[in-house]
Amino acid sequence: MALLQIAEPGQSAAPHQHRLAVGIDLGTTNSLVAAVRSGVTATLPDENGQHSLPSIVRYTQDGIEVGQVAALSSAQDPKNTIVSVKRFMGRSLTDIQSGEQAFPYQFEASENGLPLFVTPQGQVNPVQVSAEILRPLVERAEKTLGGELQGVVITVPAYFDDAQRQGTKDAASLLGVKVLRLLNEPTAAAIAYGLDSKQEGVIAIYDLGGGTFDISILRLNRGVFEVLATGGDSALGGDDFDHLLQAHMQQVWQLTNIDSQLSRQLLIEARRVKEALTDASEVEASLTLADGTVLKQLVTKAEFDSLISALVKKTIASCRRTLRDAGVTADEVLETVMVGGSTRVPLVREQVEAFFGKAPLTSIDPDRVVAIGAAIQADILVGNKPESELLLLDVIPLSLGIETMGGLVEKVVSRNTTIPVARAQEFTTFKDGQTAMAFHVVQGERELVDDCRSLARFTLKGIPPLAAGAAHIRVTFQVDADGLLSVTAMEKSTGVQSSIQVKPSFGLSDTEIATMLKDSMKHAKEDISRRMLAEQQVEAARVLESLNAALAKDGDLLTSDERQQIDTVMAQLAEIARGDDADVIKQAIEVLDEHTQDFAAKRMDNSIRVAFKGQSIDNI
Amino acid sequence: MNYFELFKFSPAFDIDTAVLAERYRELQRAVHPDKFANDTEQQRLLSVQRTAQVNDGYQTLKDPIRRAEHMLSLRGIDLSHETTTVKDTAFLMQQMEWREALEDIRDSADPQESIDELYDSFAAYRTKLTKLLTAQLSSGSEEDALLAADQVRKLKFMAKLHDELTRIEDALLD
Repeated sequence: MALLQIAEPGQSAAPHQHRLAVGIDLGTTNSLVAAVRSGVTATLPDENGQHSLPSIVRYTQDGIEVGQVAALSSAQDPKNTIVSVKRFMGRSLTDIQSGEQAFPYQFEASENGLPLFVTPQGQVNPVQVSAEILRPLVERAEKTLGGELQGVVITVPAYFDDAQRQGTKDAASLLGVKVLRLLNEPTAAAIAYGLDSKQEGVIAIYDLGGGTFDISILRLNRGVFEVLATGGDSALGGDDFDHLLQAHMQQVWQLTNIDSQLSRQLLIEARRVKEALTDASEVEASLTLADGTVLKQLVTKAEFDSLISALVKKTIASCRRTLRDAGVTADEVLETVMVGGSTRVPLVREQVEAFFGKAPLTSIDPDRVVAIGAAIQADILVGNKPESELLLLDVIPLSLGIETMGGLVEKVVSRNTTIPVARAQEFTTFKDGQTAMAFHVVQGERELVDDCRSLARFTLKGIPPLAAGAAHIRVTFQVDADGLLSVTAMEKSTGVQSSIQVKPSFGLSDTEIATMLKDSMKHAKEDISRRMLAEQQVEAARVLESLNAALAKDGDLLTSDERQQIDTVMAQLAEIARGDDADVIKQAIEVLDEHTQDFAAKRMDNSIRVAFKGQSIDNI
Repeated sequence: MNYFELFKFSPAFDIDTAVLAERYRELQRAVHPDKFANDTEQQRLLSVQRTAQVNDGYQTLKDPIRRAEHMLSLRGIDLSHETTTVKDTAFLMQQMEWREALEDIRDSADPQESIDELYDSFAAYRTKLTKLLTAQLSSGSEEDALLAADQVRKLKFMAKLHDELTRIEDALLD
């Protein structure tokens, strides 16, 4: 979609033109898209007036159904109707099947152990299923806003690990949508409440969704949100309340040998009862069996509370630990924000209020609050609000480490470290002439590799052959603002850059993504090489546009010679981009990159200088 | 990298952490990748690297132990990868006593009271060490710098004890 938007350098969009960007809440149960229009932020409804899209995808012989349509078939065709796919993101098939929950799907394992759903449309992985959920949301936004999106902000649970984040970003890449930022859901909620424009202080965000629980502690100061700590459980949510109630009803009605269809029916009824108990003290559950028998049972709020009480307590214990990690006490918390549909459960509200000692903020629909915050952030990031003071400083939710001798983990970046972060570690060879080295990166808090999540394995190649222990390889782990890891390595004595092949343990490799992209293109019956050319042309136009903007702003940092050189190389790229050779354009972009390296560094230094303008050492 | 320079402080152990936090936010506004969301890939990458430095600098200067370590490393004394341990026998005896106290918490009549008492004694001891450290770091002599390094090692022991106590308290609450 965005790939077709090509602007000639001279004709690029005027800098003050409103750019289209949206926030997307890709939820476990429901997904939403929101945008800022004429200063008002709101979720966008579909043509039937529905704001939330059930995160359900059904694969049939004839095609793919998403949302409400798919939800209606969920009970009849559970095998091909994938619900809560977010829970499968970045997980191995073994992980999924070792859980207590049984799934009605037919699984296959991919080469690296990822779950593949076997459907009438062939095998699909969780990233592809998520892309199907994003697709109608992006289409809805483009239709409503009347143009192509320049970028999106997608929210993820703060507790998502690298594989889960990468998977979410990959899903957007499959659609050709530019991700401006992966935003943590709790932070998005804080933005939605406009807390940035109000007081300074500590804010707690309690986010209980369908499948995940997050607690984040933020410090707010003149528009800057600094995440102090985050905690939670990526496998605990309102779905678990449903399952407990489902199990309870199954026991009460003494149902045995139930098939997947009846089980789904029971689950749907459990959810209905749970939701009804928000406003009622008792609700009658009923179930119609295949033979027409109707079962009925009264469920009281007290019964429900006792079923879920242990899970709610677990979330409160998380709150306590996370406050401790943040170095603040419950009394210091100014506001508590509630996010996620499951915070409608009365017991949850009661317990949260009791723990923090104040009534939580609930004025914005907890189902929409995240998408709204994401839209505000998207509007800023895309450049519509250059004067905005808002800045989000997130943390890495889980420690990153590497495997050492004996299956132990050496921590490289500890959890709750503010990102972006870079850490360098040095390694040496243990054999004469050794030219390669293997690494295993894991994420988690435990000491044994087996207790952490495997993120990636990579091999360093091209180490100069030296005596054992003579080569010093400096490996740099860098986590960007989205919480995504990249690794670079260099042999110190020779300065040789070693190449790294990262093989994600539970994510998709670059090759797999390329294949999926190609497949999707075949599907669209498009000429691949033409697409590749268009892609490079767009990239060239983007680079030129950004550089033009940078030169307009910071051009005075260059001498006239430097300026002339950059202008020349830019003109060359503009000329080459009109041609039809994708590789040549790519090279020209790289050449321009080299010529602007110093300019980029000067701009960064200048930016810092401006920030400290008028401040002498030690004084404000 | 001299983080004192990055944050425009003269290299002293006593820094105003409120000013530090304010400068941290200003620096973030200047270099954070979100400020370059529409810029070239090159500029964004550079921004990620700079922000990583700013973050590391802030964490280093904010934490007294790391700040002291950083000061010492700027003077050529690198403590971050060393294996040297404290040789002060009185200190080590005190550590052993505290370790035993940690083990006894579970069986004590009022665990929370024992925990609170230990927090207090740890804090008092840390204050004592920090006082010495401040004086030794402010003098320019090599001898004092080496003594300061010893206080830092002791403070690291104390930090570990503190962490352990926290873990025990957490386990009690869960």
